[in-house]
Amino acid sequence: MQRNRVGSRRIGREGAVQIHGAEEMGKRKRDCAGSTTVAATFSIFLAVFTIITVYLFIAKPWWFPPSITEVGDLIDSQFHRTLIITGIVFVAAQLGLAWVIFRFRDQNKPATYSEGNNTMEVVWTLATIVLFVGLGLYAESAWAIVHFAPAQPGDLQIEVVGQQFQWNFRYAGPDGKFGRYKTVEQALAQRKRGDQSATPWQLDTTDPDAKDDIITPIMAVPVNREVELLIRSMDVTHSFFVRELRLKQDAVPGMTIHMHFTATKTGDYELACAELCGLGHYRMKSTFRVLNEADFAQWMKDQAASQ
Amino acid sequence: MASHANVAHVHAAPSGFIRKYIFSVDHKVIGIQYYLLALFSVFLGMTLSIFMRIHLVWPEINIPFFGGQMKPEQYIALLTMHGTIMVFMVLTTAPQSGFGNYFLPIQIGAADMAFPVINMLSFWTTFLSLVVMVAAFFVEGGAPISGWTAYTPLSILKQGVGDTGQTLWVIGLAIFCAASLMGALNFITTLVDLRAPGLSLMRLPLTVWAWFVTAILGLLAFGVLLAACVLLLLDRVAGTSFFVPGGLVQTGQIVAEHSGGSPLLWQHLFWFFGHPEVYIAILPGMGVASHVLSTFSRKPVFGYRAMVYALCGIGFLGFMVWGHHMFISGMSPYTAFAFSIMTMSIGVPSAIKTFNWLGTLWGGRIHFTTAMLFALGFVSLFVTGGLSGLFLAQPSVDLPLHDTYFVVAHFHLIMGVAAIFGIFAATYFWFPKMFGKFMNETIGKVHFWLTFAGVYCIFMPMHFLGIAGHMRRYADLTAVDFLGGAKHIGLWKVQYFISIAAFITVSAQLLFLANFIWGIWKGKRAPINPWNATTLEWTVPSPPPHDNFAGRVPTVYHGPYEFSVPGQKQDFIPQDMTPEEVLRDRS
Repeated sequence: MQRNRVGSRRIGREGAVQIHGAEEMGKRKRDCAGSTTVAATFSIFLAVFTIITVYLFIAKPWWFPPSITEVGDLIDSQFHRTLIITGIVFVAAQLGLAWVIFRFRDQNKPATYSEGNNTMEVVWTLATIVLFVGLGLYAESAWAIVHFAPAQPGDLQIEVVGQQFQWNFRYAGPDGKFGRYKTVEQALAQRKRGDQSATPWQLDTTDPDAKDDIITPIMAVPVNREVELLIRSMDVTHSFFVRELRLKQDAVPGMTIHMHFTATKTGDYELACAELCGLGHYRMKSTFRVLNEADFAQWMKDQAASQ
Repeated sequence: MASHANVAHVHAAPSGFIRKYIFSVDHKVIGIQYYLLALFSVFLGMTLSIFMRIHLVWPEINIPFFGGQMKPEQYIALLTMHGTIMVFMVLTTAPQSGFGNYFLPIQIGAADMAFPVINMLSFWTTFLSLVVMVAAFFVEGGAPISGWTAYTPLSILKQGVGDTGQTLWVIGLAIFCAASLMGALNFITTLVDLRAPGLSLMRLPLTVWAWFVTAILGLLAFGVLLAACVLLLLDRVAGTSFFVPGGLVQTGQIVAEHSGGSPLLWQHLFWFFGHPEVYIAILPGMGVASHVLSTFSRKPVFGYRAMVYALCGIGFLGFMVWGHHMFISGMSPYTAFAFSIMTMSIGVPSAIKTFNWLGTLWGGRIHFTTAMLFALGFVSLFVTGGLSGLFLAQPSVDLPLHDTYFVVAHFHLIMGVAAIFGIFAATYFWFPKMFGKFMNETIGKVHFWLTFAGVYCIFMPMHFLGIAGHMRRYADLTAVDFLGGAKHIGLWKVQYFISIAAFITVSAQLLFLANFIWGIWKGKRAPINPWNATTLEWTVPSPPPHDNFAGRVPTVYHGPYEFSVPGQKQDFIPQDMTPEEVLRDRS
């Protein structure tokens, strides 16, 4: 590496720096002959980028599927509220940047000296506090409906159990009560007796409540009836996700997490795992089926028969 | 106050090659070492992402490297290592340990860091950590498959692939934490003790403020991650159960050796580190952007004090928002409310910074150097990436968006690309000082345009993938119907567009590499102060001698950004220009 030994003396103001500086200024003026082109390119780039982005967010070629719950509608409207506010800020900031870049390109006029403006600092600080925190407060109602309010009595309870790499759903059956699973000790004892398939996630057959429990690989729910999920996992963390419900909830080993919703449209929807759960994460999917009351009763009967 | 310490630190330049360039205690050599480590890592990380992009849209392609078609576990190993290497070895290393090491001492008028030997030790510890992590690729089972977040118990239970790799990963990360802690201590001590006479806190360049706040964040955050890593390692190898509950059944087998732990504990510890880490990556970029914008607008930074308070505010709030990564994790929904409001509040200091950057440009005389282009790009990216954070900060809106490509778009734009633009701006700006040569400005500008357009083409469409519900970390798009797994329909087309954009953008980085090497080798000789800048690094030769100021202690008389001061002939006042000299320069 080359060492410029000039600097081992006191340099800077006596001459060296200014002479260097002057040379560089001359050179830069030549460089900056092209600065209008660069400035214009930058501004046009930002403007085009802004227009394309805004267009895509308005045209919505790729978007949420229609929501099938009231909460989903609430979340969608909060999303749109946020989109409008951030959209305005986005357009103002990008076009503002484009404007100052072009307007204040080097035109051989000295820059205006300014160290700032306290009034402006206070104004934009207060404005953003009101805007951003206000938006955050507004968002809490949908969250409160999903997570603060408990499910109504008389809802349909379904236990969701994630495992690598499939979903299991358990219905309580006609008695409305979930039976016990085997304890770890029971399962280990069974293994000692030679049944190597015994695990603590199998129903304890000695429990009468367990006798009519129904376990299915897909999930069906009746339309317009509240459903409460008890979300669990038997190995690693998974995440229950149905796009149309606008709901996502991790299934965490060692925990039972409650979530409730009321689906208002019949149909088949895809149910996926949204939390990385291992090498088969991408194929951990199931079907979420919303049926009318009669079809649901029939479906339950069919499932009970095939247990 | 500081002058005495300064003199004590002047030591003779080492003569041998090894002491001079390998085990050097000179902060400048160490800074360059960190930079080169990050440069190697960023190309490694980009290569991994290219393999991922190829696999996503052309899964049938045989890649010799992967023994035929890529398997899902190989894809997940790639994304795990891509994230880990980029976050730790690039975004933490280059802006803070690289440029911070090189320029913090010079900008405060010190001869070296406060603890030069610890400085050397922290670099070589970081190097060891990189070696241990990269070794994960070559052990049986390959690299780990639990993501850079290593959520438990996935990162603890045996997965059949990546098991040894996971152990190496956590050891490597723990080593990295130790290195970062040493670095952070060194930065803080240096700044507090070794400032030149006259360099009060409100005269510090904003780069120095950013490195200082970042070092405090690092000191508080990496200690927590180190503890978490040790616990995770014990869970993996010593049979403890900090993060694994009892009663688990994995692929039909009872996991009998664990009971009583909590998976959420890992998430809390990890994100208590993980969110400040975002600011560790971006704050130095903010400092550099302010510095470069001011220099090439020929104007003081607009609202310097507000900028300092905003940096501190972001650093402070950054420790109170980790829960926004955990809205759907099963933690109490009531805490989500608090974390959400705190997170929305971080938008306030961020907005202050953006307004002040625009204020700095306003009325300026903008010189479009490559460094300036990247600083301007930084502002644009910071706005774009920051605004999508407002969606994710609201727990209800986060419900459909969490763990989708919307999140991928958000954090890549703000923490990845914006921070990288900060690094590029710093590189083009300080290269003449570091190597005494210029990089080629024309190639630099081509590099800027390809990169700027490229990253927007890669990451903007990802927002739409996420809104449409496209989950992250999916190795195969054909498994779920709405992903449009079949070619040429639906979301596949978007993924295809992203892949093409990624190939072009990554290729453009070769231009940068060539320009960098060519600059060192054959670049035009740089004078002491090529940009007519004001801070102390521009008063010493390019590159600076071993002890920076040749034994003297500079005295500082001015704020860091005295550009275009009315009445002066020159449009800049170097920080160490005496009042008499300023008078003499009056017109």
